[in-house]
Amino acid sequence: MSVRRPLPRWADVALLPLLNLLLALIISGAVVMLIGQNPLDALRIITYGAFGYGEGFGYTLHFATNFVFTGLAVAVAAHAGLFNIGAEGQAYVAGIGAILVGLTMDQTHWLLVLPLAIIASAAIGGFWALIPGYLQAKRGSHVVITTIMFNFIASALMVYLLTRVLKPVGQMDPTSAAVTGAGKLPQLRDFMSFFGYAPLNITIFIAIAALILVYVLIWHTRLGFAMRTLGHNPVASSYAGISNSRLIMITMTISGALAGMVAVNQVLGVQARLQLDFPSGYGFVGIAVALMGRNHPIGIALSAMLFGALYQGGLELQFSMPAITRDMIVVIQALVILFTGAMEGLLRPGLESAFMLYGARQKAAAPAGPGS
Amino acid sequence: MTPWAIELIGINKRFGEVHANKDIDLKVKRGTIHGIVGENGAGKSTLMSILYGFYTADSGQILVNGTPHAITDSRHALQLGIGMVHQHFTLVDNFSILENVVLGVEHSPLLAPTFAKARAELKRLASEYSLDVDPGAIVEDVSVGLQQRVEILKALYRGAEVLILDEPTGVLTPAEADHLFRVLRVLREQGKTIILITHKLREIMAITDSVSVMRQGEMVATLETAGTSPEELAELMVGRRVLLRVEKGPANPGKVLLEVVDLVVTDDLKVPRVKGINFKVRAGEIVGIAGVAGNGQSELLEAVSGIRDQKSGDVVLNGSKLSLEGDDGAARARLAGLAHVPEDRQRMGLVINFEEWENSILGYQDDPAYGKGVLLDIDAARRQAAERMEKFDIRPTNVRLKTANFSGGNQQKIVLAREMERDPLVLVVGQPTRGVDIGAVEFIHNQIIKMRDAGKAILLVSVELDEIRSLSDRILVMFDGKIVGEADPATATEGELGLMMAGIGTKEAAP
Repeated sequence: MSVRRPLPRWADVALLPLLNLLLALIISGAVVMLIGQNPLDALRIITYGAFGYGEGFGYTLHFATNFVFTGLAVAVAAHAGLFNIGAEGQAYVAGIGAILVGLTMDQTHWLLVLPLAIIASAAIGGFWALIPGYLQAKRGSHVVITTIMFNFIASALMVYLLTRVLKPVGQMDPTSAAVTGAGKLPQLRDFMSFFGYAPLNITIFIAIAALILVYVLIWHTRLGFAMRTLGHNPVASSYAGISNSRLIMITMTISGALAGMVAVNQVLGVQARLQLDFPSGYGFVGIAVALMGRNHPIGIALSAMLFGALYQGGLELQFSMPAITRDMIVVIQALVILFTGAMEGLLRPGLESAFMLYGARQKAAAPAGPGS
Repeated sequence: MTPWAIELIGINKRFGEVHANKDIDLKVKRGTIHGIVGENGAGKSTLMSILYGFYTADSGQILVNGTPHAITDSRHALQLGIGMVHQHFTLVDNFSILENVVLGVEHSPLLAPTFAKARAELKRLASEYSLDVDPGAIVEDVSVGLQQRVEILKALYRGAEVLILDEPTGVLTPAEADHLFRVLRVLREQGKTIILITHKLREIMAITDSVSVMRQGEMVATLETAGTSPEELAELMVGRRVLLRVEKGPANPGKVLLEVVDLVVTDDLKVPRVKGINFKVRAGEIVGIAGVAGNGQSELLEAVSGIRDQKSGDVVLNGSKLSLEGDDGAARARLAGLAHVPEDRQRMGLVINFEEWENSILGYQDDPAYGKGVLLDIDAARRQAAERMEKFDIRPTNVRLKTANFSGGNQQKIVLAREMERDPLVLVVGQPTRGVDIGAVEFIHNQIIKMRDAGKAILLVSVELDEIRSLSDRILVMFDGKIVGEADPATATEGELGLMMAGIGTKEAAP
C-alpha cells in the first residue's frame, strides 16, 4: 500500500525546481539584506547582467555551454546508476587533446580543427573516466571515490605538464603556447555584433547537438535501454543478459567524453591556450545542473542557462554593488546549488500532500486501483 | 467487560481517489485466532495499519476492550496492548536477540539492569509459550523461523495482548510454520488474541477460529472457520467461482531438451549451494523441483539461465552445451532458446520503474524485432506489448503505465507474457505464483500447462508444495544442494515428500 502518490509530471519537472529556486532566492535575499543591501536591486542587477544586453547574454550562453557538457556528463552516468564526480578532472586532462590539435593544426582551417579537437578531447576525457569505470567494473572500487581521486591526479598531472612540458621556453606563466590562427575557434561576435565582446563561440552548437544526441542515446537506443536498466536495477540487467561490467566502462567513457567538451570550449574557444585550472569548477557545478535538470536534456539545458545566468549576473553584481564581494556571489551560487541540487527533495513531501488533498477533492477519473 | 478484544466500527480510509477501506466493521473475540483473508490490494494491510497506528482512519471508531481510543501511533497501540509482527522483520541483524528485544524500551541509562530484567522476562515467556531462544545469539546467524520468534517475543515483551501477524508463513519452512502454529495455539490458550493476515486458505482452515474476508476495500463476510470451506472463502475473495485444483491431461514426453550434468554452483561468498546435480527435462513435460527455500534452488535456477556462473558441470540445451560464462551469460542462454521466469520478479524479472512496454522487451532489447542497428523501434515494442497485454489479460491495459503501478499478479503476467511469447524450447520458472492473487494463479497455471502441451520442456521450482504437486509430471526433491529423490505426483503423499525435503528420504535420484 503506497500512501504517497507521485507528483504529476509537470509539477515534478517544472513546479518543484521553480519553488526550490524561489526558496534559494529568498534566503539569498535575506543574506543580501543582512549586509545592508537591497535584495531586489541585487536581483535586478543579476537579471539585467545576465539577460539585459547582448554582451551579458553572450556571457550567459558561454557559461551555459560549459554547464551543458558537464551536466550531460553527470546525467549520462547517473542513468546507469553511476555517480561521476570527476567531470572536473576529465575536462581538465581533455585540455591536452584540445591544445595539441589546436597547436599542430594552427595553420590549417577551423573546419578541420574543430572535429579533430572534439575527437581528441573526447578520447582523453573519456579515457580519464574509463579508468575509474574499469576499477568499478572489475575491481569493485566505487566510482564516487575513484573519480574524486582522479580529479586530484588530473590536477597534479596538468601542473607537471604545464610547468615542464607544454610551457614554451623562456615563458614565465605556466601556460601552453598560444594558438593564433585556425586553432582558435570562430566567435559568434564575428557574425553578430549583438554579442559584444562575449567569448561565445561555435562550441555552443556542439552543446546543442550533444543535448539532442544524449536524448536519443538514453531513450531511443538499445545502449540507452541497457544503461537505464542497469541504473534502475543491476540484478535485472544481469538477468537480461547485459554485461554490467562492460556497460559501466562504456558509460563512464561516454560521460568523460562529454566532460571533455569543456576543453574544446575553454581552450580553443576562449583562452586560446591551455591554462592552469581552466575548468574552474564547471565540472562540479555540472552535478547540480544534472540534479536540477532531472538528468533530462531539456532540464539540463534550462538549468545550465540558470547557472550561466548566475555566473554572469554574479560578476555584474560584483561591479555594480561593491558591498557585495566575490565571496558573497559564491554564497548565493552555493545557496542555489544547495536548494536545487542537494536539497531538491525538501519541498517534495509537502507538495505531494498538497496535490493529494487537491486530487481527493477532485473527482478524478483515473482508473488506477490500489497498488499491491 | 465485553468479550471483544478489538472492535472496529465504520472504518473509512482513502488514499487520493483510492478508497482502501470502505465502512469496515470488524470484531475480534478475546482469546481467539481471527483470520483476515483477501487478495493483494483488498485493504487488509491498510486496516491493520490503522489498528496499529500507522495510519489514521478518515472516519470510524476503534474500541479496545470496549473502550474507544484514537490510536495515534504505534507506541500508543503498544500501550493499549496491540503488537504487530511484520512480514518483513524489523530486527537489527548484527545485534543479539536480547539487544533486539529491549531496543526502544530500555528503561535505564545503563544497559545492564535492562538486560537483566529482559533475560528474566524472556525466560518466563519461553517457559510459558514454548518460545525458546538463545538471548545471546546474533540475529543474522539464526534461521528465519527463529527471527520471527524474536519478533513475537518483542511484541510480548512490550506487553502485547493482541498480536497482529502479517503473512507470517511466507518465509517459513513447513516445519517452522507448524511450530509457529503450535506457538499461536499456546498463546491462545493463555488468553492472547491473535489476528492473522494471510492469503493461504489452508492456514486459515488449520488454525483460525473465525475468519473475515475482504474484497476491494470492503468487508464481505465474517464466518466461523468450522462452518466454511476453502472453496467458499476463495469465491468470497475473488467474487466468482475459482478452480483451486489444476486440470491437466497426461504428459506426453518427447526428446530431452534440457540436461543438467554434474552442476556445481557457489553463492556470492563462494559457499557451494548446488553440489553436483544431474537431471533431464523432456519436451512436453513439467519437472518440478520441490524443496524448502534455501536448499540451492535459487542458485540452480540462476546457473541454468546463465545469470550466475557455474563452478563446474554442464547445461545442455537441445543437444548442445551452453556456454554461460561471463556476466552476459543470460543473453546466450536466451539466444539458445531458454526462457526464464525468475523467482523474484521485482528484484530480477522487472525494472519496477520502467513503463510496461520497456519491461516487455527486457532481456530481448537486442532482438531485431525491435529495430535495426543501434536505435530501438519503440513503436514496434509498444505495439507488441499491447498485443500481449490483451492476450494475457494484463490490467490496466496501458503500456505506458509504470510497472510498479500494476498489481503483483499483473506484474507476473508481464514477465510470463515476455518469456512465453518468445516461443522458447525450454521454460525455467521459479515461484510462478508467489504473491499473486488467487484469480491470477489459475490463469498462470493454465498458461504453464499450455506451454507443456505445446511441446516445451518446463523446469518448475516452487516452495509451495501444493503447486509442485498439482503442476508437475515428475517431482525432484532438492535438499542441501543435492537431488535426494524423485517422486510421482500422482502417488507421492505430502508426508513422503516432506520427509525427503527434510533430508530424511531414502529414494535415490533417477536422472
